[in-house]
Amino acid sequence: MTLVLDALAWLFSPERLTGSNAIPTRLLEHLFYTGISVLVAALIAIPVGYLIGHTGRGRELAVSISGAARALPSFGLLLVVVLLVGTTRAPLAAVVAFVLLAIPSVLAGAYSGIEAIDRRIIDAARAQGMTEWQILLRVEVPLGLPLLLGGLRNAALQVVSTVTLAAYIGLGGLGIYIFRAIPLRRYDEMLGSAILIVVLALVVDAVFALLQRLSVPRGITAGRATRTRGSTPGPRAPMGSPIAYK
Amino acid sequence: MTWVWDNLDLIGRLSLEHVRLSVPPIVLGLLIAVPIGWLAHRYRRARPAILTVIGLLYTIPSLALFVILPAVLGVGFLSEVNVTVALTIYAVAILVRSVADALGSVDAEVRQAATAIGYSGWSRFWVVELPLAGPVVLAGLRVAAVSTVSLVTVGIFVGVESLGYLFINGLQRRILAEVASGLVMTVVIALVIDLLLVLLGRALMPWTRVDSRRSRRRRPAAGVVSR
Repeated sequence: MTLVLDALAWLFSPERLTGSNAIPTRLLEHLFYTGISVLVAALIAIPVGYLIGHTGRGRELAVSISGAARALPSFGLLLVVVLLVGTTRAPLAAVVAFVLLAIPSVLAGAYSGIEAIDRRIIDAARAQGMTEWQILLRVEVPLGLPLLLGGLRNAALQVVSTVTLAAYIGLGGLGIYIFRAIPLRRYDEMLGSAILIVVLALVVDAVFALLQRLSVPRGITAGRATRTRGSTPGPRAPMGSPIAYK
Repeated sequence: MTWVWDNLDLIGRLSLEHVRLSVPPIVLGLLIAVPIGWLAHRYRRARPAILTVIGLLYTIPSLALFVILPAVLGVGFLSEVNVTVALTIYAVAILVRSVADALGSVDAEVRQAATAIGYSGWSRFWVVELPLAGPVVLAGLRVAAVSTVSLVTVGIFVGVESLGYLFINGLQRRILAEVASGLVMTVVIALVIDLLLVLLGRALMPWTRVDSRRSRRRRPAAGVVSR
């Protein structure tokens, strides 16, 4: 118990707000790496995922890529990319590695979101005379949004976790306190910063959970509310929580 | 490449160590997840709460969990127990949802038929429901196994040696081949364990493998009958 109190004392000490290792600075670094990597991964993976989801082609390939990516140890991938690109450009290399790690989750979220839509809805849209673009933008994208956000959620958590490890190669972020404390056996700092990292991950998770809830189109929420008790459960995000690839 | 040839015994030793560290969390994870998944399946109202709490465990970054656990468990900071417990937690987090979904996927009529021919709740679970839930549980187990193998590498930061050693040592010595061989071997181990699980699944659940052949054979027969 004293260990936890010591950790909290470390965390809330006024010293944490000043100096070169001030928590706000490291927190912003952590968020910056996470944000930029998920953004770039989204720009690459969402169009590809939508293409796969809309046409149904290349699905097998996408499934096996996301499966194999889970086997990649994130820290090993980070180091390989850093050594390939050169340690002088480590931040750039790190972002490349984070993007590679984030892509499978976003891709899976994008195509599974479209795939999960009832085929009859898309047939109905086509029968109404909608063009393929209209079907994609007005039907598939809105209905697939919750699952896409689930994929982004997994990607963001994966990157938050890996950025922690990236502190080992001097990239900053909140992991720096853990790596600084381990050789010195400073348990208060270790535990205090670990708690901070957990809180950050939970906040990121909660933000995406909220966005996912808000993203369900209004018509669908209304439809679900009128449904009788115990009937088929609503569209559950298979990407929702656990299967992130850490 | 010469580095790899010169250090085959090191790679081999670390790979074995890696496997030894990977197996207990996968097995323990399954053993713990089955009862929790059953609870989530059995008590509908508790299901969202159970799955949410378990899901939150998975969001905890691995390094953070590794350094928090010694304080919680009261074991030494460098103890292997921390890594085993942490990886078991992640495996449970993945598997509970799979088990709950798997049990939910068992046809209600099958369950009623089993009750009707006299199975009690306990024996019905073991003889009817769990085997039928098997394929979905196996799918979750494969995900858990692969992710466990990859997470073992992080243990190196808290002194638990595995293929992760090659990452850190390779970085210090700037040997790309060393880091890459650690990466490749981790993926190889993950794929081998995944394959073994698939084969084990076929051996334990023979009905999943004949399914495709039988349905193909049945189709022309059905055509004859309808005519």
